[in-house]
Amino acid sequence: MTELGPRLLARDRSAVAPALNLVDDRRPAARREAAVLLAELEAKIGRGGAPRIGLTGAPGAGKSTLLDALVRRRRAVDETVGVIAVDPSSRRTGGALLGDRIRVRSGAGDPGVFIRSMAARDQLGGLAEATRAGVLVLSAAFDWVLVETVGVGQSEGEVADLVDTLVFVAQPGAGDLLQFMKAGILELPDVFVVNKADVGAAAERTRRELEAGLGLGERDAKWTPPVLAVSARDGIGIDALDDTLAAHRRALGAEGLAARRSRGRDAAVRAGLVARYGSFGLEALGGTEALERRLAAAPGEPGFALLETLGNEIRAALGDRAAGS
Amino acid sequence: MTEPARRERDRPWVFRTYSGHSSAEASNALYRTNLAKGQTGLSVAFDLPTQTGYDADHPLARGEVGKVGVPIGHLDDMEALFREIPLDQMNTSMTINATAAWLLALYVATGERQGVAPAQLRGTTQNDLIKEYLSRGTYVFPPEPSMRLISDMVAYTVHDIPKWNPINVCSYHLQEAGATPVQEIAYAMANAIAVLDAVRARDDVPEDVIPDVFGRMSFFLNAGIRFVEEICKGRAMTEMWDEIGRERYGVQDPKLRRFRYGVQVNSLGLTEAQPENNAIRIVLEALGVTFSKNARCRALQLPAWNEALGLPRPWDQQWSLRTQQILAFETDLLEYEDLFEGSHVVEAKVEELKKAAQEELDRVLGMGGAVAAVENAYMKQRLVESHTRRLRSIESGDLTVVGVNAYTETEPSPLVEGANAILKVDESAEREQIGRLDAFRARRNPTEVDAALQGLRDALANGQNVMPPSIRAAHAGVTTGEWADTLRKLFGEYRAPTGVVAREAQVTDEANEKVRARVRAVGATLGRPLKILVGKPGLDGHSNGAEQIAVKARDVGMEVVYDGIRLTPSEIVQSARDEGVHVIGLSILSGSHQILVMDVLEGLRSEGLEIPVIVGGIIPEDDAEKLRQHGVERVYTPKDFDLTRIMSEIVDVVGERHARD
Repeated sequence: MTELGPRLLARDRSAVAPALNLVDDRRPAARREAAVLLAELEAKIGRGGAPRIGLTGAPGAGKSTLLDALVRRRRAVDETVGVIAVDPSSRRTGGALLGDRIRVRSGAGDPGVFIRSMAARDQLGGLAEATRAGVLVLSAAFDWVLVETVGVGQSEGEVADLVDTLVFVAQPGAGDLLQFMKAGILELPDVFVVNKADVGAAAERTRRELEAGLGLGERDAKWTPPVLAVSARDGIGIDALDDTLAAHRRALGAEGLAARRSRGRDAAVRAGLVARYGSFGLEALGGTEALERRLAAAPGEPGFALLETLGNEIRAALGDRAAGS
Repeated sequence: MTEPARRERDRPWVFRTYSGHSSAEASNALYRTNLAKGQTGLSVAFDLPTQTGYDADHPLARGEVGKVGVPIGHLDDMEALFREIPLDQMNTSMTINATAAWLLALYVATGERQGVAPAQLRGTTQNDLIKEYLSRGTYVFPPEPSMRLISDMVAYTVHDIPKWNPINVCSYHLQEAGATPVQEIAYAMANAIAVLDAVRARDDVPEDVIPDVFGRMSFFLNAGIRFVEEICKGRAMTEMWDEIGRERYGVQDPKLRRFRYGVQVNSLGLTEAQPENNAIRIVLEALGVTFSKNARCRALQLPAWNEALGLPRPWDQQWSLRTQQILAFETDLLEYEDLFEGSHVVEAKVEELKKAAQEELDRVLGMGGAVAAVENAYMKQRLVESHTRRLRSIESGDLTVVGVNAYTETEPSPLVEGANAILKVDESAEREQIGRLDAFRARRNPTEVDAALQGLRDALANGQNVMPPSIRAAHAGVTTGEWADTLRKLFGEYRAPTGVVAREAQVTDEANEKVRARVRAVGATLGRPLKILVGKPGLDGHSNGAEQIAVKARDVGMEVVYDGIRLTPSEIVQSARDEGVHVIGLSILSGSHQILVMDVLEGLRSEGLEIPVIVGGIIPEDDAEKLRQHGVERVYTPKDFDLTRIMSEIVDVVGERHARD
């Protein structure tokens, strides 16, 4: 057992920041310790833990204001919330301006709210591995986990694998239906929100277009993604959104949730292996098909543990090959 | 040579000095001294709790009471501020924005107690919230209710205080935030249009009053050191405003279309190094706004030469007033018609500015106007970009600043030596103000106060004008904090976009690359990229410096958490811990650095956090030394213009702290 694991599971808030620092630490000793902690948390939480909600959408769509409104909702019924806000990193300098935290005021001084901003760090175009680990840490220690990411059509897939419910936030006049379809954002989200409903006609048009677009695609029979109009700024439609999130969770059911988390686990293992060992590493394991077989053969195994096991195999194989040549 | 024939001189502009500190009583004494020296109007500086609507005993007011201006918590304070200053003979400019309606109500009530009717009052409430969102940071309410309060005041004063300027559209602070002349012109016009359109949309302002409303709009400009361009800027604005009045609002009377403006000359360009040079800069900047007879300012306030060092003393302010008097009374400036009419050079420059400003104005109007361009952060991002460019060109030497990046050799200045070189606000000011507040609360009639607050709530909820119930509340003994809390509950509080998402720098000079490599290297030792929290504790909203640090830190490869303005020390400590940062940078310009920084250090200690802290701001060397003794790693002041060097030192600080672990 690690020192931090039991503290997190006992909801000790003071363990959260050190745990997040640890899982972000790239030094070998820290990585080993983090792997143990994460495997431990995953084993304990399994398919439980806090519900994980993702918020994604273009910059300026009002995600932060919406996030703020949702946090207030949860705090009003005395539930705690952990937030991960992901911002893009500069490709050139590696630097990042994190935040718009300025818009999230509900957490200031409130121990029931925890916010960690993270840079996407552009690891092969995706979210940092630390983001996945961070979601797990927060879901041990808080009642709800919210993940906010910027993007249209690029990071949705990854966020969708990270959360139980993905909310796409559109702003009025964001573009016509064709653009939504081109960006490929109609397939993944579970809930669509047209924010800034206070602007009226443009919001209504965007809402209708999204609704029309959703009718075209193929969808799960149990859940048709609703399109909600809200004004996060004025607090209008937040109740309805909250109800919708609960409804989605019910529709998902134990089975749906299990499938979702398992899909997320698989995606995390794949992304983790590629980020660490690249395509040569995958080859060493026997290629993508072999990896898929391994994933399918270990349905209950924690992703972070699996990542370590497979990583060790790859290292061994690469080492062997290097020794043999 | 014969003495030239004396022409009839023009009346000079109003001479003012922006002042106020410690208490109403102390400020009243200062005002009366200044008026005796020949100052012809008053310019009231309020402290930050008054500007943001907190009573002196509120936790957020801690350390800020009486610092950057006078604390006005209730009617007794306002009466004390104007004791023996008859309001019917005074022209008073009040730098007040979010709580402007309240301070005007207190002013009206003070007048009434002096036996002066509202109609006799003359003066200005700054009341420009858009520039608060963009630069100055003392906003409280969201844009929509803020525009409503402004238009309430316009609608009220146009009937009841016809000689009052209910709003002073400030491009001043936009220049401080980095605006180019074109941006200054365009955003000022967009801002004025937003107010006028809001007033025009009201049911209680008939269309035929709009020309009068237009005539009461006044402006507050900045005058920078490029004074030829500033001359042209004033002329361009005069012409554009005339056109807007005629074309957009149908104002027939040319007198009502006159571009009326006051000026505070540039403080941004005043240097901490060789500060005596600022006296010359101030004179040149004053010329920029007084030279043109056709576009001359109505009122002028000159900063003190040593503002970059700390609070000016009465003698420093006197020097600025004498500068104005020499310009108006000794020189022959006021004896001539407009000097530039017919000048091809000036006319071409004016045209160039007007054309570019019109394009930028059209762009903002196309987005839905100034309010929309605040909410979508367009204007803010443009300003942060311009400011970044300006600082880079100082760093690179493309822009010469004498004594700073050129001609830095200097003899020791006899003017800045000694303990009394700047004014220190007595630390007892806060305690005494709270004492007066308690006594005032004990004296008043609680039933009347409750009734007045209820009246205010009802009026606001029913869409009635904020002014009459606020004046009643002033008489009833309501405090500044109570008035503002009532509005906060109804309207909510606002956080403006920071603008630091500004486009990335495309400079790849060697110094930057070097720091970037060091940032990467220290990140490898830390195990993750260097993460910095940039924070502004306290009520001070001047965020330009903090924003520039945030942008620069990102450009050298750091991960930057910028939480914006008005944070309590405990919020900063919580954020630093939750965000897992390696270093904290605090920016404080209000002079409350001692208390606020100590509170942050104390908070970190009690959380067991070993995070190094650096501080930037207007911090006298004595104070800087004290901060360092208490564990602050580095202190930066306005003379530290080389941001690349600051970044490199941040890497040092983090590296040293880490090596100790």
